[in-house]
Amino acid sequence: MKLHKILMAAGMLLASSVALATPATDELFARYKAEGAAGFDAARGDKSWHKESRGEDGKLMSCATCHGEDLSKEGHHHKTNKVIGPMAPSANKERFTDVKKIEKWFKRNCNDVLARECTAQEKGDYLKFLLGK
Amino acid sequence: MRTNFKTALLAAALLMSSGSALAEGNFWMWLVNFSRQKEVQPVDNKAYKDECGSCHFAYQPGLLPGKSWAKLLDEKALADHFGEDASLDKDTLKEIYDYTMANAAEKSYFKRSRKIALATEDGEAPLRITEVRYIKRTHHDIPEKMVKGNKDVKSQAYCNACHTKAEEGIFDEDTVDIPNFPKRD
Ligand code: HEC
Ligand code: HEC
Ligand code: HEC
Repeated sequence: MKLHKILMAAGMLLASSVALATPATDELFARYKAEGAAGFDAARGDKSWHKESRGEDGKLMSCATCHGEDLSKEGHHHKTNKVIGPMAPSANKERFTDVKKIEKWFKRNCNDVLARECTAQEKGDYLKFLLGK
Repeated sequence: MRTNFKTALLAAALLMSSGSALAEGNFWMWLVNFSRQKEVQPVDNKAYKDECGSCHFAYQPGLLPGKSWAKLLDEKALADHFGEDASLDKDTLKEIYDYTMANAAEKSYFKRSRKIALATEDGEAPLRITEVRYIKRTHHDIPEKMVKGNKDVKSQAYCNACHTKAEEGIFDEDTVDIPNFPKRD
């Protein structure tokens, strides 16, 4: 039992340290810095992830509206009900591996939730937060 | 319909007599498959599946005529796609556009696609599959409470909420299961 727990903890540590960056996110962090962002902060990313604002259709929305509260589980698109795979890289290896895909969805989703594009600083903070999941 | 079918047979026969082994192979494949082609051709293009299957189920190109896809898959139209930003880069858009054109309802031998092609032959190109006469007719007696009032369906547009094999292009009655409502017989 004890050994089991220790092993699990070690496994989790390993998983989280592995997930802290991908070549795609390295490239994006560098790009966001070049665009003027200072350091990136997971706690700040966490806060904006859950912050509700009025989206395009006037309803209160946050990133969790579609991606769900538990990032290791599936989410649901709020309009279409379509299942969205887990956002946590520990649960979904394909996450954050494609620069074009990440930027495309930042553009769409920031517009949906904030009715504007996100700044380089905001995007970096979101990524820092998400990579730790 | 009948004459189209005859023309196709004739064309296939002509191709065969030209002696091309490839055409011959295709012809037999086509003939073998013909009897099974009752439904809609499943999606077999990765870019289409990834891009057009991220927010909703990836509607098969055979569910709309080419003139509808042409309207939907325009750079400007995609930037405001039913209120969403579904824009694509130029290369991806071209691949998806070409794919839908080659597999649109009127290009397909699948039975349901032929019905859709027939229903949309004249008049304005519909932007929605749910506006196609044939689809409207097959669904008009489903009560609102099973669709809009059903939290696991929400809209007639989400085919796969009720058609359990929609992803495979199968829409027959036997595979329908409306969430939260027991099967009707
Ligand atoms: C309207 C629903 C919706 C909302 C709200 C939403 N997303 Fe998304 N998001 C999606 C969908 C759909 C995808 C693409 C499907 C997939 O990747 O599984 C996606 C993908 C992403 C990706 C790409 C991940 C990858 O695989 O590389 C990022 C990053 C992302 N979203 C961030 C956000 C952020 C930040 C917010 C809040 C500002 C947000 N999302 C709010 C629906 C939404
Ligand atoms: C960012 C999310 C998003 C993406 C990406 C997207 N769609 Fe949509 N699509 C929607 C929404 C939302 C609707 C409206 C659904 C409703 O009526 O509730 C819709 C509706 C449709 C309809 C009409 C369905 C009907 O019969 O009512 C078609 C056809 C369609 N989309 C095709 C596509 C194609 C092709 C692509 C790929 C180029 C695509 N969509 C990509 C969000 C998206
Ligand atoms: C609310 C659930 C629901 C949704 C959503 C739905 N359908 Fe259906 N559909 C049905 C039912 C129930 C039937 C069977 C009607 C009957 O009893 O004959 C049917 C029948 C059909 C048929 C005729 C089947 C046959 O054997 O003749 C087709 C084709 C079809 N649907 C396609 C679609 C497409 C395409 C969509 C999405 C644009 C869709 N459906 C969305 C419930 C639904």
